[in-house]
Amino acid sequence: MLQLYNVTKIYPNSIPALLDVSLRIQRGEFVFLVGPSGAGKTTLTKLILREELPTRGQILFNGKSITRLRPSEVPYLRRRIGVIFQDFRLLPNKTAYENVAFALEVTGASRREIRRAVPAVLARVGLADRAHLFPAQLSGGEQQRVCVARAIVNNPLLLIADEPTGNLDPENSWQLMRLFEEINRGGTTILMATHAWDIVDQMKKRVVALSHGRIVRDEQEGAYGYGA
Amino acid sequence: MALRPGTVLYHLREAGLSIIRNGWLALASTGVVTVALLIFGGSLLFVLNTHHVIGDIESKVEISVFLKSDVSPRDVEALGTRLQQRPEVAEVRFISKEEALQIVKQDLGDKADLLAGMEKDNPLPDTYRVRTHHADQVAALAAEVATWPGVEQVRYGQEVVERLLAVTRWARLVGAGAMFFLAGAAVFLIATTIRLSVYARRREISIMKMLGATNWFVRSPFLLEGVILGLTGGLVAVGLTMAGYFPLVSVLESALPFFRLVSERQVLLPVFGGLVLFGLILGTLGSFISVHRFLKV
Repeated sequence: MLQLYNVTKIYPNSIPALLDVSLRIQRGEFVFLVGPSGAGKTTLTKLILREELPTRGQILFNGKSITRLRPSEVPYLRRRIGVIFQDFRLLPNKTAYENVAFALEVTGASRREIRRAVPAVLARVGLADRAHLFPAQLSGGEQQRVCVARAIVNNPLLLIADEPTGNLDPENSWQLMRLFEEINRGGTTILMATHAWDIVDQMKKRVVALSHGRIVRDEQEGAYGYGA
Repeated sequence: MALRPGTVLYHLREAGLSIIRNGWLALASTGVVTVALLIFGGSLLFVLNTHHVIGDIESKVEISVFLKSDVSPRDVEALGTRLQQRPEVAEVRFISKEEALQIVKQDLGDKADLLAGMEKDNPLPDTYRVRTHHADQVAALAAEVATWPGVEQVRYGQEVVERLLAVTRWARLVGAGAMFFLAGAAVFLIATTIRLSVYARRREISIMKMLGATNWFVRSPFLLEGVILGLTGGLVAVGLTMAGYFPLVSVLESALPFFRLVSERQVLLPVFGGLVLFGLILGTLGSFISVHRFLKV
């Protein structure tokens, strides 16, 4: 479903962020992307979302080249990819419900669709009773679950999470991981960049390790490894 | 992307919120649009009315052909026949020097005795008053008649018409210059307002892009904001122009009955409609500039 062929990304006046990276992720996989800061994890997610173009190489998503997309096609790529960030990126002046509804509004969905889909997805992440609270009134774990609801309300093929547990305590982190596993069981592919070695070690999923812009390890049921 | 009512409402609400948030700057840019359009509308109405007056004068223009004092009565008559035979001439009227003196006396009214004794040695010339079928034949005919023997001088409404035309030329030039300058300022101010809106909402914009909003979806509220600002400026300008112009029309009508301002609806409606449209264009232009420069989506 997602293929990278010899992808290199070099920012101007800088050492390569990614060097000759090839990677193949099947539909329904759960992949951890690990490695120290600056290893290229965030660059990789930016390339998949077409926020950046690779300097060299080719990226295919669902059989289509991401690098060759016309600018007008980019929004439709992004609607098929849900994204979750460490810093949540919720709109503070909208309630949990409105933040999730926003993801449908920007795609031009009708009010009826929104009224049907939003409560269902909020219930799925366990926030049915918190729908009308603002982000500031929610705990960190709850805010991150609003983000998950927003990311999956469009039924994306791929869910990208960039250090989603970075601002969460262990209990909330595990709650989030159980939610991810459940979403993954529903058929959504998950690519999660993380530093949380304990989570990676216990989940026993595929682990792709990046270091200095190269893939240094790729194993099924892997561990964070090397005490990094 | 289909334009659903919900989406349109969403954009309108966002645009409205932005205008309220920008407050003073939105007011300033609307104000400048208003002033620019007031000047535009004012000079347009001025030019329109002067042309109306010129048309009025031209339709009444007569050529006065003053004859030399030493022309014999027979030659005077021959000149009259010659004038009448011209195809462009509609009417020829002869005013003898005696009649001319009567007219002057009438004009002077109770001061007519100033002219006492003039009958004996009348300084006024015999005159032919000539009307043409069309106003544009006046100048050519006048120039030709002036070369005829026995003709002392030829005059017509030329000076008045030319002076009025000069005035309208200036009015047009000054109006266009001021408007051009103010229109530029209006576009700049609207662009600045929109730029601040974009800046205030950059977080929201980046989230929208992440969620897969199309470029037009992201841009629409900002474009709408500019359109609303320009449209408001245009409507206020039309309101003020109407509030100023119609009382002027009725005041002039009672004070100077012969000097009538243009008040026909079919003439004024395009003027006012044009002002609103122009405000709309200024607003759209301003927001377009900002959206394309500061909203790389």
